[in-house]
Amino acid sequence: MSAAPIRILVVDDEPPIRKLLRMGLTAHGYEVLDAPNGKIALELLAKKPNLVILDLGLPDIDGLELLRRIRLQQENVPVVVLSSRGDEAGKVAALDLGADDYVTKPFGMDELLARMRAALRHQLQVHGERPVFHVGSLTVDLVRRIVKVGDKDVKLSPKEYDLLRLLVQHAGKVLTHKFLLQALWDEPTDTQYLRVYVRQLRRKIETYPERPQYLMTETGVGYRLRAPV
Amino acid sequence: MADERREPAERPSPEALLAEARREGQGRAGRLKIFVGAAPGVGKTYEMLQAARAKLKEGVDVVVGVVETHGRKETEALLDGFEVLPRKPTVYVNRILNEFDIDAALERHPGLILVDELAHTNIPGSRHPKRYLDVEELLNAGIDVYTTVNIQHIESLNDVVAQITRVRVREIVPDSVLDKADAVELVDLTPDDLIQRLKEGKVYVPKQAERALKHYFSPANLTALRELALRRTAERVDEQLLEHMQARAISGPWAAGERILVCVNEDPRSAALVRYARRLADRLHAPWIALCVETTRNLHFSEDERDRIAETLRLAARLGGEATTVPAKARRLADDVIEFARKHNVTHIIIGKSTRSRWFEILHGSVVHDLVRRTGNIGVHVVAGEAPAEEAPASAVVATDASQPFDLVPYIVALLAVAAALGVSILVRPLFGVENVDLVLLTAIVGVAVRYGLWPSLLASVAASLCYNFFFLPPVYTFTIADPTNIAAFALFTIVAIVVSNLAARGRMHTVTAHERVRSVESLYAFSRKLAGAGTLDDVLWATAYQIASMLKVRVVLLLSESGSIGVKAGYPPEDDLDEADLAAAKWAWEKDRPAGRDSDALPGAKWLFLPLRTGRGAIGILGISRDGPGALLRVEQRRLLDALMDQGALAIERVHLVEDIDRVKRTAETDRLRSALLTSISHDLKTPLAAILGSAGAMKDLSKSLDEAAKTDLLANIIDESERLNRFIANLLDMTKLESGAVVPNAALHDIYEIVGTALQRASKILAKHRVEVEINSDLPMVMLDAVLFEQVLFNVLDNAAKYAPPNTTVRIQSWRDNDKVRLDILDEGGGIPAGDLERIFDKFYRARKGDQVRAGTGLGLAISRGFVEALHGTITAANRPDLAGAVFTISLPVPGNAARREAAA
Repeated sequence: MSAAPIRILVVDDEPPIRKLLRMGLTAHGYEVLDAPNGKIALELLAKKPNLVILDLGLPDIDGLELLRRIRLQQENVPVVVLSSRGDEAGKVAALDLGADDYVTKPFGMDELLARMRAALRHQLQVHGERPVFHVGSLTVDLVRRIVKVGDKDVKLSPKEYDLLRLLVQHAGKVLTHKFLLQALWDEPTDTQYLRVYVRQLRRKIETYPERPQYLMTETGVGYRLRAPV
Repeated sequence: MADERREPAERPSPEALLAEARREGQGRAGRLKIFVGAAPGVGKTYEMLQAARAKLKEGVDVVVGVVETHGRKETEALLDGFEVLPRKPTVYVNRILNEFDIDAALERHPGLILVDELAHTNIPGSRHPKRYLDVEELLNAGIDVYTTVNIQHIESLNDVVAQITRVRVREIVPDSVLDKADAVELVDLTPDDLIQRLKEGKVYVPKQAERALKHYFSPANLTALRELALRRTAERVDEQLLEHMQARAISGPWAAGERILVCVNEDPRSAALVRYARRLADRLHAPWIALCVETTRNLHFSEDERDRIAETLRLAARLGGEATTVPAKARRLADDVIEFARKHNVTHIIIGKSTRSRWFEILHGSVVHDLVRRTGNIGVHVVAGEAPAEEAPASAVVATDASQPFDLVPYIVALLAVAAALGVSILVRPLFGVENVDLVLLTAIVGVAVRYGLWPSLLASVAASLCYNFFFLPPVYTFTIADPTNIAAFALFTIVAIVVSNLAARGRMHTVTAHERVRSVESLYAFSRKLAGAGTLDDVLWATAYQIASMLKVRVVLLLSESGSIGVKAGYPPEDDLDEADLAAAKWAWEKDRPAGRDSDALPGAKWLFLPLRTGRGAIGILGISRDGPGALLRVEQRRLLDALMDQGALAIERVHLVEDIDRVKRTAETDRLRSALLTSISHDLKTPLAAILGSAGAMKDLSKSLDEAAKTDLLANIIDESERLNRFIANLLDMTKLESGAVVPNAALHDIYEIVGTALQRASKILAKHRVEVEINSDLPMVMLDAVLFEQVLFNVLDNAAKYAPPNTTVRIQSWRDNDKVRLDILDEGGGIPAGDLERIFDKFYRARKGDQVRAGTGLGLAISRGFVEALHGTITAANRPDLAGAVFTISLPVPGNAARREAAA
């Protein structure tokens, strides 16, 4: 793979964080651009980064506003947001504005790398689904509509299957309640119904439904299916 | 022994020190210097200006408030160089009078102000009716005052001066003003010189008073007045010396043990007795008491008479005596007085000379004679006293006539009773004989006397006598009496009838008085009980206002301090609102801690009377009373009752305040404890992980070459672990701050316990890595209204706690099931359990369970936050010890939402 390195734009006003990310990401073979504020970030966007890591708390522009402007300039660039615990509303707002994922500060480098990979992968395969999805002992064949845990076939209701399909299509990426509800139901529906289906689905695909291995809850935000390593 | 005994005697007497402290202390109270003269024209104003000029030279900020030069050239010349405050032109009865402007004086706030003519009466509508009250206010504002007064204006000398000069001065200054003065300077001039000055026209004489003054300025008068002035000033100096000696514990020859009692009644001369008592007390340096014995006669007093007694008692209080009223107990007034005197170690009794006729004294006895005969070694001063030339002292108010309107009914009933008795007598005469029918008639008279009192029973007596004569004494059916023995019988009957009715009526009156007393005592008792039961300040205020309003038939408002001033807090009737003038009077009363408004001597123009509510700790509020219509608001006994009610109310209000204070102190103490715990916690729990991180990172940097891979990995793991610990701690602090600031607003939705347990376990997976975790959750558990983020934190904190206290390789168990309308979630550990006394306390902020000497690392916040969050979600969290194993169990209980419960019940 001698292709051009993947270019990452890091937007954060804290020099230590920028330094850390530059070091960590460079070590993993990424090319790093960094911006201490929104203005420089928008300028650097001209260099066509493959992914943006965006801290929501910036000195000059509101993080969500910057996200909106990034989306205006480059519709498809994946954005991973850095946010703090307790700001679930901010995370949801960022995701609704088109951010691909978030990492809660303080974060580990491995966690960030996993999120970035999921976001990049999703962008690469957004037009062509992988026909058979494997994670752990879970197998989902999206063409033949077959779900297996280990060797056992799992019978899913149509709604459950639709839910699982959505999660598989965005494996590794968080899907907000709002996104899932709009995708699964035509009319406005309460989150509560989604929870019922998640619970049923977990009983069918998880070994220990109370301690899920595949279908993870992002408290206050939505759900995420574990991505295959 | 001797030394021991002498020591306390040499200690300054507390009263003297107190007096000195009050005068000197009081922080910024101004000092008062009075220039006293024997008569107009002696040069007081001149002297005052001279003294002020000296002060001016010393650099004191001197201002002339008011100086009457009366056109005297020398005096006017002296005014040169002084700043003179403009007078306030005030319209009074179509004339413009230039009055002293107290507000301007207070505004200007000089170091020393000159206020001439202390005895001046301000025109109606001024803030104070008297200038000396203005001066008091200036002093209280911390301004020094120079003033002048002639001796005839001094209250206790008023009678004497009137006797000497035959001119009664109406402008009076209470002795207390003179006594409180820091310095008194006598401006003396011999009578001859004064008369010379008068002749030279150097003395200001108003035209209309010229004649009167000619008599006034006679050498004899002036000599007498001069002597009075000298004596009074000497007394004042003596007092100062005495106080000085007492304050410094110099043993001296002051009289000890003298105590004077002056008896007052409704007689207008009583005021003169009081003044006499004051003078005597001054000379003897003795405390004195004015006593009014309340007999059954008091019931019949007119409003004027009641007012007079009240006024006399107030005069006594003003002159520095103690005013007391006691109910008559003995048959003789003298016995009551002597009993009181003995009880209070009185050495002198002052009593007025009787004006009663000799006959009256023979019939009723003379109090004076009784006293003189039985007082033993107590001196009795019988003073003639002189009735004031004009009726009613200046401060008296028009009293509403509350005496009962004439009622005919008792008299008719009396006659009917006699008629009935007559009928019975005629019926029983054949049986008992004529000599016994008088008993039947007497029965009727006694009945009337008991029921209706003296006068109807006297009518009944007369009627019965006539009937007895007419119907039973031969010749019957005439008013003539044939038999001389029957004349005696008739006379005896009449006497007996009158005596009986008198006795019965007196008995009735005693009963009535007693009943009234019992009633007022009972209502006081009821009031105090009501107050004791009142929990909140509002209850207390309302009860006080209501009780006073209903017992005294007045309108009541209660004002308490609020943000520096006072405001209406309660009233009865409740809609009472004060207008600006009344509110100003109330504020004045509050600021000066003195009565103000209607019927008082400050701001008497107000519609309300405002009285300070005081307790031992000082004024706590103001009580205002008012009644529609003119006249005095209160009678004496009502005033006493009001005092009692106010005392009780004030105590109750203070009690509520004290309870609040104690609460506040407790809260403050709690806050302090928390603050110090927070500091300890932060300093320890923030610094420990930081120290580990810094140390590890430093070691990595400095020793990277000599460290092997395993050591580096260890150090790195150390850095990461400690950082996470630090992160948890900071998160806890943030959560606690949110809880405390009320920023936790649960975003509740129906959630699966299941799911949240999962996320919490996932988050806690690292801290629980060394423990086994078991989860048992009933699959048909209903959804619960939760904020997922908060509840996840609750579970995380409890799990963190379990991980901290339970040793590695033990099991942490989570189980959840439905318990009627609750969902219960238990988290069980094998950490040895919690001491029974700590089961509640572990949820306190910064509380950490101890195990021996060892305190586990942690903030002591986790469980407090858990409890705060669970309660915000309308649930409960408790801790207990496991029955099966040594370990703790935390039980979280959450309500099953209404509709879910209902839906399932219906299914």
